[in-house]
Amino acid sequence: MALLEIEGLDVRFRTTNGLFPAVEDANLSVDKGEVLAIVGESGSGKSVSMLATMGLLPWTAEVSADKMAFDGQDLRQLTSRQRRKIVGGEMSMIFQEPMSSLNPCFTVGTQIDEMLRQHLGGSRKERKERALDLLAQVGIPDPKKRIGAYPHQLSGGMSQRVMIAMAISCNPRLLIADEPTTALDVTIQAQILDLLLELQQDTGMALILITHDMGVVAETAQQVIVQYAGRQVERQEVKALFAHPRHPYTEALLSALPERAGDQARLPTIPGVVPGQLNRPSGCLFNPRCRYATEHCRQVEPKALADDPARTLCHYPL
Amino acid sequence: MLKFILVKLAQLIPTFIGVTIVAFSFIRLLPGDPIILLAGERGISPERYAQLSAELGFDRPLVVQYWDFLSGLLQGDLGTSLVTHTRVVDEFFSRFPATVELSLVALLIAVIIGLPAGVIAATRRGSWIDHGVMGVSLTGYSMPIFWWGLLAIMLFSSTLGWTPVSGRISYLYFVDSVTGFLTIDTLLAGNWDAFWSALHHLILPAIVLGTIPMAVIARQTRSSMLEVQGEDYVRTARAKGLSNFRVVMVHTLRNALITVVTVIGLQVGLLLSGAILTETIFSWPGIGKWMVDAITRRDYAAVQGALVLIALIIMLINLLVDIAYGVINPRIRH
Repeated sequence: MALLEIEGLDVRFRTTNGLFPAVEDANLSVDKGEVLAIVGESGSGKSVSMLATMGLLPWTAEVSADKMAFDGQDLRQLTSRQRRKIVGGEMSMIFQEPMSSLNPCFTVGTQIDEMLRQHLGGSRKERKERALDLLAQVGIPDPKKRIGAYPHQLSGGMSQRVMIAMAISCNPRLLIADEPTTALDVTIQAQILDLLLELQQDTGMALILITHDMGVVAETAQQVIVQYAGRQVERQEVKALFAHPRHPYTEALLSALPERAGDQARLPTIPGVVPGQLNRPSGCLFNPRCRYATEHCRQVEPKALADDPARTLCHYPL
Repeated sequence: MLKFILVKLAQLIPTFIGVTIVAFSFIRLLPGDPIILLAGERGISPERYAQLSAELGFDRPLVVQYWDFLSGLLQGDLGTSLVTHTRVVDEFFSRFPATVELSLVALLIAVIIGLPAGVIAATRRGSWIDHGVMGVSLTGYSMPIFWWGLLAIMLFSSTLGWTPVSGRISYLYFVDSVTGFLTIDTLLAGNWDAFWSALHHLILPAIVLGTIPMAVIARQTRSSMLEVQGEDYVRTARAKGLSNFRVVMVHTLRNALITVVTVIGLQVGLLLSGAILTETIFSWPGIGKWMVDAITRRDYAAVQGALVLIALIIMLINLLVDIAYGVINPRIRH
């Protein structure tokens, strides 16, 4: 049985212009100890589907799914009190902006302690020991001093380390990392990714890594889901995906990697932008930017074939 | 923290000097002459006028008069009232507790009702509770104090007879002044009947005076809560699996309070100015009523002295607000 199983997840936002579909028919399953990457451009609904899983979307969101189960427990059936036991405890999440994700009014120690008190309990002294251990584990120098620091006294990389310490504090079985390195310097990015993978290896937790960096995907993930405009267009094992991308969008993403561009003077790009609420094309959502698009693509919405393990959302898979 | 307070205190000095200049010139810019007003309807001879003017020092150049006022002020001497011939400081502080008692209770009512109302409105955004709270607070905010005060007296005092029309306490009671706050003094004296009488007199003017701050606090709390609700760290708090109550009351409110405390501090100045109107309507024997009288008589010493004292008090309250701000917001402290 998979640890997290989601089928047919739809997320719609209520706006003044009616419902906007941010995620349509998302499916995923993550096994224990597995690393899954979700890739796609900004606005492709990567974060939204994971926020929906965590139950963190604002009140304007409408979430529905055919199946949404964590370790066999149906997340849709749980009361909010039962769900809060899972969220933070067994399934935790770190975010894109570490600097604004920590509460500016409380010290690092207080914020970690709060999480421990919520899910693990223990005496004040035990919790403090645990917090110090966690800070050391995520590579924060001088934890005894840092535990009393306020978030504004920390750099972005340090803040993300604190976020990670907090997220793993209750030994979660699944960690969702929503673009954890996007807001950080390149050198720090590598350090944070290494840290995440090391922790994943040590603890055996599953990791869902949301990113738009194909290089990161190649280094870390076992399974990859490619998402475009709220739709999953392809999912494959990482080696297969890099060797034989099935969807033109995946191919375009991969060919934009510097390693693959060879000695071309300019990196190839994908023309245009992800469609928004008001300019959704008919037919395949990717057709205006796809170099293989035909008249058929512009008129008929593609459906994934049942016998296609990659579930490619394309009329003419590569 | 000590350095923070000392720096804030030093910053008050230029403001204080500015206040003395404004207070000194303001009353002299008003048309009317204190000596002529003092003389009354029968008028005054030019010789007597010159004599009085010299006695009171009004014939000297303004700069000299100002210097005299400032140096007296720095020695704690605000001069004597032209009308009552008692020291301005004594006049001021004998009436001041009445105003403070009224303002404090008004502020207390404003915070006790306004803050939770704002929090509830924010957490139930778009509901009838939200619309109700915002509608009532907009009405309260737009209501002129003198009009609202008169309406309240008509309804609660005249028609329903729930509260007395004016004054601080019934003439039946007399208690020794210890703190100057009648509600506390009566309690200290153990005189329950007197305490109820004082409370009875206090409640209506305090509600009238507290209405505008209450509306301001409710609206500020609501908008500040809504703003903070969208912050990343509130999402983090939810991602930790904390209860909704804890997310709202600890993570959201704590950050929202930073702006609310500033606004509450600003209300203190408004309360003192509102107190002038409220005291006049309810014949409340405080600073406000006394200052209105002093201004109509062009009692230079009393008006400029009272203005400086009030400004000084407001400056100190703002300092306290700044300190409270530093306690709530760690980013200010370091």
